[in-house]
Amino acid sequence: MAVSESIAAPGLVERLSAPKPAITLLLLMWVPLTIYVMFGAHQFVLLPAIPATILLYWVAFYNFRESSTAIIGLTLVFFWLLMAVSAPYLPLVDPNKPIAPFTLPFSEKRDIFFWLGTDFKGRDMLSRMIWGCQRVIVWGVTATFVAYVIGTLFGLIAGYLSGWWDEIISFLANVLLSFPVMVLFIVILNYLGPSGFNIVVAVTFASAPAIMRIVRGLTLDIKTRDYVYAAQTRGEHPFYIMVIELLPNVRGPIIVDACLRLGYTTVAITTLTFLGLGLQPPDPDWGLMIREAAKTAMLWKFSYMLLVPALSVSTLILGFNLMADGLREMSLKD
Amino acid sequence: MSDQTPVLECRNLSISYYTRAGEIPAVVDFNLKLMPGESHGIVGESGCGKSTVALAIMQYMGKNGAIVGGELLFEGRDMRSMSPDELRKLRGSKIAMVYQEPMASLNPAMRIGDQLCEVPIYHDGVSEREAWQRSAEMLAKVRLPDPERIMNSFPHQISGGQQQRVVIAMALLSSPKLLLLDEPTTALDVTVEAGIVELIRDIADEFGTSMIYISHNLGLILETCDRLTVMYSGEAVEVGDIHDVFDEMRHPYTRGLFGSIPLPGADKNEHPLVAIPGQLPLPHERPKGCNFGPRCTFFRQGVCDTGRLRMHSVPGDDDHRVRCERFQEIDWERDLPKGEAKPPVESGDVVLSVDDMTKHYVIEESGFLIFGGEEKTVKANEHLNFSAREAETVAIVGESGCGKSTFAKVLMGLEDATAGQVKLGNVELGNLPVEKRDEKTISRLQMVFQNPFDTLNPSHTVGGQIARVIRKFGVAKTKEEVDEIVFRLLDIVKLPRDFAKRRPRQLSGGQKQRVGIARAFAGNPDVVIADEPVSALDVSVQAAVTDLLMDIQRENRTTLLFISHDLSVVRYLADRVVVMYLGQIMEQGTTEEIFSPPYHPYTEALLAAVPIADTSIEKRHIVLKGELPSPSNPPKGCPFSTRCQYMMPGKCDVEAPPIRAFGREGHEILCHLDPTELQEMEPVIKKKEEAA
Repeated sequence: MAVSESIAAPGLVERLSAPKPAITLLLLMWVPLTIYVMFGAHQFVLLPAIPATILLYWVAFYNFRESSTAIIGLTLVFFWLLMAVSAPYLPLVDPNKPIAPFTLPFSEKRDIFFWLGTDFKGRDMLSRMIWGCQRVIVWGVTATFVAYVIGTLFGLIAGYLSGWWDEIISFLANVLLSFPVMVLFIVILNYLGPSGFNIVVAVTFASAPAIMRIVRGLTLDIKTRDYVYAAQTRGEHPFYIMVIELLPNVRGPIIVDACLRLGYTTVAITTLTFLGLGLQPPDPDWGLMIREAAKTAMLWKFSYMLLVPALSVSTLILGFNLMADGLREMSLKD
Repeated sequence: MSDQTPVLECRNLSISYYTRAGEIPAVVDFNLKLMPGESHGIVGESGCGKSTVALAIMQYMGKNGAIVGGELLFEGRDMRSMSPDELRKLRGSKIAMVYQEPMASLNPAMRIGDQLCEVPIYHDGVSEREAWQRSAEMLAKVRLPDPERIMNSFPHQISGGQQQRVVIAMALLSSPKLLLLDEPTTALDVTVEAGIVELIRDIADEFGTSMIYISHNLGLILETCDRLTVMYSGEAVEVGDIHDVFDEMRHPYTRGLFGSIPLPGADKNEHPLVAIPGQLPLPHERPKGCNFGPRCTFFRQGVCDTGRLRMHSVPGDDDHRVRCERFQEIDWERDLPKGEAKPPVESGDVVLSVDDMTKHYVIEESGFLIFGGEEKTVKANEHLNFSAREAETVAIVGESGCGKSTFAKVLMGLEDATAGQVKLGNVELGNLPVEKRDEKTISRLQMVFQNPFDTLNPSHTVGGQIARVIRKFGVAKTKEEVDEIVFRLLDIVKLPRDFAKRRPRQLSGGQKQRVGIARAFAGNPDVVIADEPVSALDVSVQAAVTDLLMDIQRENRTTLLFISHDLSVVRYLADRVVVMYLGQIMEQGTTEEIFSPPYHPYTEALLAAVPIADTSIEKRHIVLKGELPSPSNPPKGCPFSTRCQYMMPGKCDVEAPPIRAFGREGHEILCHLDPTELQEMEPVIKKKEEAA
């Protein structure tokens, strides 16, 4: 950090922290990664994402420097983000190529040094671990984002318009919330078939009702503020009031909750893949790795096959949770 | 008196808070000597450190605050050297405190009796039965009716005034030597406040308790205290006997304060208020020398800005001390601040007329499933009749629950009227919700809100919020034109133009309220409803915002509906007054007619309840008994009959009262009393000389 700060012109990080540059960086990182993972675009699209990710980490680090919790969380999350965007450019073996089965970590076979060993088919664990994070991150974040858009929209409507809108939306939300999450997932994915987009649908059904409730509660509180009355007495359309007057003010708690929920979604997606309901083989994926390793990892000697993907998932989720804690800490300080 | 040990003595007390930005001195060099049985007032605006002093006396500063210098003696013993255990014994038994929010001081999950009993059980170690006994007696002493019932209630089951009496009873239970009152009546209605003030005054006589009374209201201090400290920006600027300070103030800030509160005699045309220019410096941005220097008209370079100022005794009066270097050079009689007299504004045609407007809410008490949903009607507004002319200020006065906010909502189109008509020009508004009103009608009617911290959306810039109104009402279309109008409006409300880019959190309360006013006037409205626009602001800021409102009104010939509970402000700025109680108009007429006999008995009580910060004024004391009845179950007959001191049983509580008309200009009183009886009422407020 010290090095990059001394190189940069003074104030660059402050300038990048402004909403517009920060969002540009975020999009520069996110859009290529999504296109690459979802639609299998050429790896060239990831080129702008690598510097964007590094810059974004720097900006985030600078803005959260007062909370050590947030810094640890950020570092964990951005480690995996950087791995995700740079995977094609790292000197890795093809993750799907069987080379030497059951090679233990830190050992050499066929002139290749395997840091984390190989799995029962002989595929490089390190390479699979790094490639595997792409799908978890992209689908996890996308699913959470979609769930938030829908949950927030319905929450705003239920909270602001209240009356029948509230009755109907809250009733539907209660019905959905009464299903155990896993049952809901299994039902939806069995019906729609396992795929990334269907995971998004399943996560939305499972998360949106809870998000809707949070937003509805916040809206009920904020809509009695004088500035909302001011907008009403100007004759503003309810949609304008919801989006322009209310939404920016429910943002804070939502962002904290979103970080936590990213963690849940990651768990859910990994679990679904583990159950064979999510993303399908052969492409590397942490849940898949755990599933495949489950049989062989019975032997203590081969437990690394299970530990590597399991620890990867844990660090990512830990990262999200610490970030949420840090954000909450920061919001309480002001 | 002098050979007694003072109950409390602060010597050169300095208190600081430690924050991320470093040490912030909250209070510097504070001196106070409190004799047994004496009550001492501390007056100042928000942020001047008065609450910090109270917390320091309780030794309850929190993690980041600390006393950094000076001595704090309680009955001659140094409190700073006491152990936490000793302090705990002292707090609540020898020193007790009453806070501003009564609801927040009581535990909502415990019965009042149990909460009260804790005090004698813990501090005096008495049995539960005796504690109960003592608590009930104390409740009777603070004049709560039916103590046993109150002991068995939960805090939310009794009214705000009763809650505050319970808190005071709790503070008195251990017979403390020192009672700290931090704005104990600020959250209460005026007539309730009057009762609490009377109680506080009697406590000093009855229990011999010394009191420190913290308030921003000079009138309240005059009614309750013997001595007074005026604080400004962390320093005591003037200390003395209450009459000395009120009659012969010797600090420019004290005088500024008095100049900015509307006393009887102030008039918006002939004697406008004089606001103190500028604003309170932040604790870490205090100027060198006199903290008040940058806002003081007597500021002189080389005298006022060199190093720390000390307190000086006023010659001929050792007890009266003042922190000003130049107080002897100022001619206090001649240099009185005087506002510029302005010509009165002629009112024009009727703009807004309210004709028999009634608003009822129907509340369905939910029964079991589909059975037994009982319907209840809340009569928020009953048969309102009044009108407002062009360029006229009509004040709607009443306490909380009187229906004034409901009326504003009907007017703005957020609620429908149940019956009757509200006409703006020739447009009928009563049953025209805001969605159905055309842009023209909406823009003719705008509102200034009460709470400065709520009036602006924290997520958008100030300029953006004003610009939205301009675009919405089609005043201007292009970006340049809109920006130009935004800047012009900021100029009018006397804010710098670069505020347009700021967000509300970077503004002070008064500045936010100015933006709120700019926003209300952005669409060139004909009628502006101001719902308590200054009640949440500091005294010196109030004057500036009030005058601003009046100036813009004068300029644009806007009709102003001024909703308020503060009769002194109303007397100052209103042309006509409408007094409301429980949804009905009790009295209406010109300001002069309202403030002199004949009065409606409710108006009379309201007038008597308002504390006036003027020693030359004598006031009759009328304390209303009982509580405000619920609007869902109003008394039969006259709504005021349950609390009226002239109540005639068999008449007032049975029959609806008739409207009695006086004078020519439509002075109307809704009362059963005979017109001659009403005529013969004595004025509530008199000059002392006249009374003698």
